Amino acid sequence: MTGMLLSGEASLALALVIPALAALAIIALARHPNLREAATLVAALALFIVVVDLLTGVLAGARPALELAHLAPGLSIALHVDPLGMLFTAIAATLWVANSVYSIGYMRGNDEPRQTTFYACFAIAIFATMGLALAGNLLTLFLFYEILSLSTYPLVTLKRSREAMRAGRIYLLTLIGASMILLLPAIIWTYAISGTLDFAPGGFLAGRVGPEAMAVLLGLYVFGAAKAAVMPLHRWLPNAMVAPTPVSALLHAVAVVKAGVFTILKVVVSVFGIETLQTTGSSAWLVYVAGFTIIAASFVALSADDLKRRLAYSTVSQLSYIVMAAALATPLAVIGAALHIAAHAVSKITLFFAAGSVYTAEHVTKVSAMDGIGRRMPWTMAAFTIGALSMIGLPPTAGFLGKWFMLGAAGGAANWFAVGVIIVSTVLNAAYFLPIIFRAFMKPANGPVREAPLAMVVALTATAAGTILLFLLPDIPLRLARAMVGV
Amino acid sequence: MIAAHLPVLVVLLPLFGGLLAALSRHNEAAFWIALVASIATLAAAAALAGQVMAGGPISYRIGGWDPALGIEYRIDAVSAPILLLVAAMGVAAIVYARRSVTVEIIPERVAWYYTMMLICLAGLLGMAASGDAFNIFVFLEISSLSTYTLIALGRDRRALLAAYQYLIVGTIGATFYVIGVGLLYLSTGTLNFGLIVERLPEITSPRALIAAEAFIVVGIALKLALFPLHAWLPNAYAYAPSSATALLASTATKVAVYLLARYLFAVFGIQRSVGPISVADALMALSLLAMFAASLAAIFQNDIKRLLAFSSVAQIGYITLGLAIANEAGVTGAFLHIMNHALMKGAAFMAIGAILISAGSSKLDELAGIGRTMPVAAGALTVAGLALIGVPGTSGFVSKWYLVLGAIEAGRLWLAILIVASSVLAVLYVGRILEVIWFREPAKRSLEAQAVPLSLLAPTLVLAALTIWFGLDAGFPVELASSAAKALLGVSKGALP
Repeated sequence: MTGMLLSGEASLALALVIPALAALAIIALARHPNLREAATLVAALALFIVVVDLLTGVLAGARPALELAHLAPGLSIALHVDPLGMLFTAIAATLWVANSVYSIGYMRGNDEPRQTTFYACFAIAIFATMGLALAGNLLTLFLFYEILSLSTYPLVTLKRSREAMRAGRIYLLTLIGASMILLLPAIIWTYAISGTLDFAPGGFLAGRVGPEAMAVLLGLYVFGAAKAAVMPLHRWLPNAMVAPTPVSALLHAVAVVKAGVFTILKVVVSVFGIETLQTTGSSAWLVYVAGFTIIAASFVALSADDLKRRLAYSTVSQLSYIVMAAALATPLAVIGAALHIAAHAVSKITLFFAAGSVYTAEHVTKVSAMDGIGRRMPWTMAAFTIGALSMIGLPPTAGFLGKWFMLGAAGGAANWFAVGVIIVSTVLNAAYFLPIIFRAFMKPANGPVREAPLAMVVALTATAAGTILLFLLPDIPLRLARAMVGV
Repeated sequence: MIAAHLPVLVVLLPLFGGLLAALSRHNEAAFWIALVASIATLAAAAALAGQVMAGGPISYRIGGWDPALGIEYRIDAVSAPILLLVAAMGVAAIVYARRSVTVEIIPERVAWYYTMMLICLAGLLGMAASGDAFNIFVFLEISSLSTYTLIALGRDRRALLAAYQYLIVGTIGATFYVIGVGLLYLSTGTLNFGLIVERLPEITSPRALIAAEAFIVVGIALKLALFPLHAWLPNAYAYAPSSATALLASTATKVAVYLLARYLFAVFGIQRSVGPISVADALMALSLLAMFAASLAAIFQNDIKRLLAFSSVAQIGYITLGLAIANEAGVTGAFLHIMNHALMKGAAFMAIGAILISAGSSKLDELAGIGRTMPVAAGALTVAGLALIGVPGTSGFVSKWYLVLGAIEAGRLWLAILIVASSVLAVLYVGRILEVIWFREPAKRSLEAQAVPLSLLAPTLVLAALTIWFGLDAGFPVELASSAAKALLGVSKGALP
């Protein structure tokens, strides 16, 4: 017995149908803002319930599958949930609820234009994320990966200003360009050498391709999934900061960058197989590339005065933790990587919520202008502090967990480069987050206490609480991460 | 009884339909004649495809004469999909024409316009159905002459120049082709494809054959707008009436590609070397040039019809590249893209035609924000554009999948990367259109655009829907394309020494 209310197939179908219907309802209700936002909230809650139900089943050992379309002989569009996919699904579905509440406060508080476009494209992006996370094979993953890129383009360009359109072009060209030029050939190459695209625990490439070719193939996947923002394909992310904060939250926490690192981790675990990568050593080079990205992005973050830019480079750095852990290719490391996907999602969304809250209430965007802001917006900045601690990796926050596993894995593998990177970057993280907190709380306030709209404060408090809860009760993500590598 | 004569009926139905339409002299009657004739043709083509899939190639002797003397029509797995495609696009273009001609064609000429559409269809179908090299020349000329007329009927004065330009080039192409056929006849003493292939091994001095190949390939290359012989195409597509552009873009070049494949695989042998390089390598180089140069040119066009025309030259490059890869996956990709590109480009030209009719312009800078006033046409254009890029979920992705798979199976990873790199250029030219029509503040023309009638939008939407359908469930086109590929490769045993 799996204890599920719905059948596994029904849950999988609903995970796609609910956000798709939500997008249609949002467009239909364009002239009724209250109903439109109600549609978003109802859909987000419905999806959350479906995903919790699916999670119950997956934890009990169920692995439902569903074929959506048969494309051509040997090629199908199919869903097949596994523990890693379940983890990502659960993160995205949960954060959609939080982000929807926050968005209502932010979009109305700032009187943003094109709100229907925003909610509709957001729902389509969630649809794509569900499909990507639950994908049963590489083709399905690629399909939803591209839908995600396309559906978020109108969000990045939501302001329609010259700057926004420019950022949108960089965004689309980098993501679609890399996925077309590198990811697609990687997938077809995989198909040519193995005759299958179906994800399998332990991978399916062992012995089918030489170590050098395997390293090249891995490179195609890693840089092809440019959403993971491994340098030098990271520039789209800081550029996309021009979008409103709820969009940034979507990009950084809920869906987009997570889709990138998820793709890499999934490919490492279920296409190559970590044992295969261990024995061939085909992923050793990636440790250095990811390590470089971690340190270099941290230095850029250190020098950025614009708060959102600092957060963006922090994301670039944090993502490469996950990539580096995947490249270490030990069970402990990939468990750490999976946990860090969850931890970074919930903490980074908190940081962005806080940044957007400060912007909405005070129109402050620069770190240098944040003196005393913590005394005036105590809830917001308390949440920000929790998010920042998690980024540094200090207990009692979620960020500690993943880092602990990754550090252990790097030490266990005697990879002193990786150990050094983690330690140095932790210092750097502290160096660019702690001064913000210091300014916010220690410098005198220059105005009365005035928080952002209630919906925003509720949302960011919830995600901050989640950041701590994930540390205190890591049972579910840990079980999923362990099941991923079968330990 | 009728079933036995389908191979010739598929050509005669539109031919006599054209005659009737001309005699009717009445616009409304001509439309209905054209519609009935094209639907009957489609039914015949579909029946033929079914027969070929079930029972193998069909041979039909005109008047019962032996192929050595008479003309043989031969429908096999290679020609059946082409017949089906041309007939289907004919129906779509004629349904679309009903409303578009009222704006684009002088009323006294409408009946002639339908006549020419039907005769053009007859010519194209004849090229695909006939198994006789000279008979194919006759049909080539029939289709070309009617095409010149179709283009020249456009209201824009530049249409005349475009038609004239194409007339010159097309005539040169046809001349090259017929000279090549003459040389082939001199060497083998027959015009029948099957007999030519049989007699080729007996030829001791292949010099005349090499000359024949050169003339025939260049002649066909002009017709299919293979880079760098494509200069006639952008103007012809840009200034022809919308329904003619949709018809030509989705059928004329495709039939020429079919013919090229026939000659290269079945007669001359694609892997044969002429001097230091093989035919396949030369074709590959030209295809890659087409993909990159024409896509780059498309990026800098302001007129959307011209932009799509340059995109056609590039997309034809994909198709010929698939032939040049010359393994099963590659040729399957080529035939898939023949069909998929016809659907997506048909949808694109019909959508921009609807916009042109309604807003009075096809210039990119005058159509800012047209998506708000004409969401359906702009939506169809968007779907077609995504398919041109090859976004998964559209038919363009499936074609590209097979092309890249063919390149990788041939051990050419660099070629695979080049194929996908050129689609990034498509991201640029399609992205420009999408950005302007959806994300800019509406321009004056966009705000004044009127709603367009359903008969314009219905065929557009059907083609756009098929573009998505075949991107999610490509079983049917893949089956057709892979049978064609197997048939072509099965006979490609290098007919020449």
